[in-house]
Amino acid sequence: MGRLTWRTATVVETRWETARVRSLALDTGGWPGHRAGQHVDVRLTAEDGYTAQRSYSIASPPGEPTVTLTVERLDDGEVSPYLVDEARPGDRFELRGPIGGHFVWCPDDAAPLQLLAGGSGVVPLMAMLRARAGVTSPPPALLLYSSRTADDIIYRDDLAALARRDGGPRVVHTLTRAAPPGWEGRSGRFDAAALAELALPPSTRPLTYVCGPTAFVESMAGLLTGLGHAAGRVRTERFGATGG
Amino acid sequence: MPRTLDGNAVAGQLGELFALEITTATSRCARCGATAPVAALAAYTDGPGAVLRCPTCEGVVLRLVRGPRRLWLDLRGAGHLEFQVPD
Repeated sequence: MGRLTWRTATVVETRWETARVRSLALDTGGWPGHRAGQHVDVRLTAEDGYTAQRSYSIASPPGEPTVTLTVERLDDGEVSPYLVDEARPGDRFELRGPIGGHFVWCPDDAAPLQLLAGGSGVVPLMAMLRARAGVTSPPPALLLYSSRTADDIIYRDDLAALARRDGGPRVVHTLTRAAPPGWEGRSGRFDAAALAELALPPSTRPLTYVCGPTAFVESMAGLLTGLGHAAGRVRTERFGATGG
Repeated sequence: MPRTLDGNAVAGQLGELFALEITTATSRCARCGATAPVAALAAYTDGPGAVLRCPTCEGVVLRLVRGPRRLWLDLRGAGHLEFQVPD
């Protein structure tokens, strides 16, 4: 372990997840390895020397040859519009990481895994579910995922595929705005009644990770502790609408 | 209105300074004595620097400001930091 240093990342492949969200698989050259839930800092430097720096969660599980970030475009952002709309294979930028030792899940943890995602907060949780998919007899897992509309659901097909596997996670979607005809998930925000019905029983001592906008995280964490989940078993990661 | 994130949001900047993992270190608020992992402190990052506050009493625990070729770290509000170290 040592201090963080900047390294060069090269875009290997890109994939659209929704109309405003794209995944970038990166060659990070001598990557030290990461744990599911960690993030990286990305730094872009303009020709005049101006730099902009933002944090993005890692979407890929440990042990893959590339490191995948999933980035949502924020229209007034300084970094995300480049990563989402402009970056193409062969492009390079500066990256440092992996960062953060608190919001991480270790596949050898036997506790039931409970994940709550608001919008692009699903990204680090997806790394956990992907890491879990590589484990024999993993603990039970539940993902509660809140999106605005069906078109905003990130990893929709990948999540469905994971859920269909033997021992796959239970995935419950809710849409907080319009639901399309034939929508089989839930509608409206996850509230106390929804969590009482859906969340894993506190008696099973699940390890819970909540990631999303600050208001979502605070609301979910408050409801979970209200249901009897120990605050020390609920790990949170907030992102503003700042990302950029 | 400033947006609150958590300590994890400044983990990269702190990682430049500390050779040990800082986000899992436990900090003790010098004002109220509450302890929390640095990752769970409330982070305010919209100003010229980053401010981490105690989630219990909102006292300032840590301030980090970056200038050209300089970095200021103010730890007055951290009674102590307890790091986990590998064997």
